[in-house]
Amino acid sequence: MDLIRLKNVYKRYKNGVTAIYNMTLSIKKGSFVFVIGGSGSGKSTLIKMLYREEKPTSGQIVVGGVDVARLRNKKVYKLRRKLGIVFQDYRLLPKLTVYENVAFAMEVIGATKNETRVKTLKAIELVGLKNKVHNYPDQLSGGEQQRVAIARAIVNNPKLLLCDEPTGNLDPDMSMEIMKVLEEINQKRGTTILMVTHDKDIVNKMKKQVVTLKDGRLVNNQEKGTYDDEDN
Amino acid sequence: MKIIRMLGRSIRDALKSVCRNFSLSLASISCITITLIIVALSILASFNVQNFTKEIESDLTIIAFMDNDATEEDISTMKKNIKQIENIDSYIYEDKEKEKENMAETSDVFATVTKGWSKEENPLRDKFEIKVKNIQKIGQTAKQIQKLDKVAVVRYGAGLVERLVKAFASIQKIAYGVVLALILVTVFLIINTIKLTIFSRKREISIMRLVGASNFSIKTPFIIEGMILGLIGSIIPVILTTFGYLAFYDHFNGYLFTKIIQLISPEPFIYQASGIIVIIGIVVGMIGSASAVRKYLKV
Ligand SMILES: Nc1ncnc2c1ncn2[C@@H]1O[C@H](COP(=O)(O)OP(=O)(O)OP(=O)(O)O)[C@@H](O)[C@H]1O
Ligand SMILES: [Mg+2]
Repeated sequence: MDLIRLKNVYKRYKNGVTAIYNMTLSIKKGSFVFVIGGSGSGKSTLIKMLYREEKPTSGQIVVGGVDVARLRNKKVYKLRRKLGIVFQDYRLLPKLTVYENVAFAMEVIGATKNETRVKTLKAIELVGLKNKVHNYPDQLSGGEQQRVAIARAIVNNPKLLLCDEPTGNLDPDMSMEIMKVLEEINQKRGTTILMVTHDKDIVNKMKKQVVTLKDGRLVNNQEKGTYDDEDN
Repeated sequence: MKIIRMLGRSIRDALKSVCRNFSLSLASISCITITLIIVALSILASFNVQNFTKEIESDLTIIAFMDNDATEEDISTMKKNIKQIENIDSYIYEDKEKEKENMAETSDVFATVTKGWSKEENPLRDKFEIKVKNIQKIGQTAKQIQKLDKVAVVRYGAGLVERLVKAFASIQKIAYGVVLALILVTVFLIINTIKLTIFSRKREISIMRLVGASNFSIKTPFIIEGMILGLIGSIIPVILTTFGYLAFYDHFNGYLFTKIIQLISPEPFIYQASGIIVIIGIVVGMIGSASAVRKYLKV
């Protein structure tokens, strides 16, 4: 079963830059996929189209049964509830504690207090921050902040987790911690993970599916792939 | 249940941000307050004017006396012609014999005097009592009646009343203009208040959108914030309306200058007026915030 299907997708920005050329790609449910490629190769654009921040110029994108390209603005929230998103810059709310930041994602979709509490604590435990529940973001290390962001992304138990360079701001040790957490989420919850990265070590160590982009084109899609310099 | 939870959240958020952007909120609230006070004055005035114009209108008639030699045929032509005049609502016809009887009934002296009059000698006149539809055109209508055949004299209520009504009508128009201008300024201020709130919560909004908050739940706090501004802004005008009108009514014993100009009794009038003021405040707040949301919140 494919969770994500792209068919002949083109993306041309308003300024005339074409970021994605004729991309056809399927991602299986439960897989862990790295998206690699040089700067400006269209990785972020691909991710943005998957959560409908950007619309494809042409072609078809289906995510979890939702026809994303044709999704009306008003209905975008339905797609967003099926997936979690993590960015390089964490995007936490500085005035809220760890617990409140994670619970926020449940509250704004109208979950009950009880459901919010149970799921929030579970997610925080999964990312290993049980003892920092009442800390504020500025009292945490970068790696810990990113784990809060991951907890927030998975608190609603989404089928898909999109990560755009989640380790981009972290040192190698912290990066490996994050990878452990992501691997665990993939294994324990069966969450499909699509992760954009520049980190060769991570890609080579994890031995997962690797999708390589170059100048907006899909040039390689390999099970247990590696990060080769000639790809870029 | 879910809707109630979301509304609870929205109201909490809205109240928080009213406090957070206190100075701008205060500016909006003061503007709403001033607008609503003027709205309140216009409501009180125009309802009262409407009330007593209606009273006067129902009292006010044109009386047309016919020539002394008017025949029955003349009278029936007159009846036909009167119906042609547009502003005429209804009329009552009384011939001079009836008039004579009425007169005789008023006192013994009149009774003796009128007994001496034969049908031909009766010096009284056949008359039409006419009610008009639009009191502002009563003068014009009287002139039209005067021109009809065999009409001797036309009388209608004091010109003062007519002028008074006209003056009130133009005051009302000016008041509407002022209120409209003030409402526009208020809406503009509210738009800016809400805009500031939206900007100060940009990060929060973008995260809400990422984690799948619906457009409705993103917009609602801002709309509610506008409504709260309107509601707070209507407090002082409502108090002024209620107690001001009560004091005014008591001071003048329920009428103005002459007993013709009756004031509307305070209950339930002040409650209705207060209701209208609160609703206008809330609606204006809502319009302001809704247009700010549409402009600055691309959801
Ligand atoms: N909003 C935008 N408007 C116009 N052009 C854009 C926009 N976003 C990206 N681009 C262009 O599209 C191309 C692909 O950008 P994208 O951000 O997808 O690259 P990337 O692979 O994520 O790069 P990096 O590794 O540096 O993050 C680039 O040429 C970029 O300049
Ligand atoms: Mg990028």
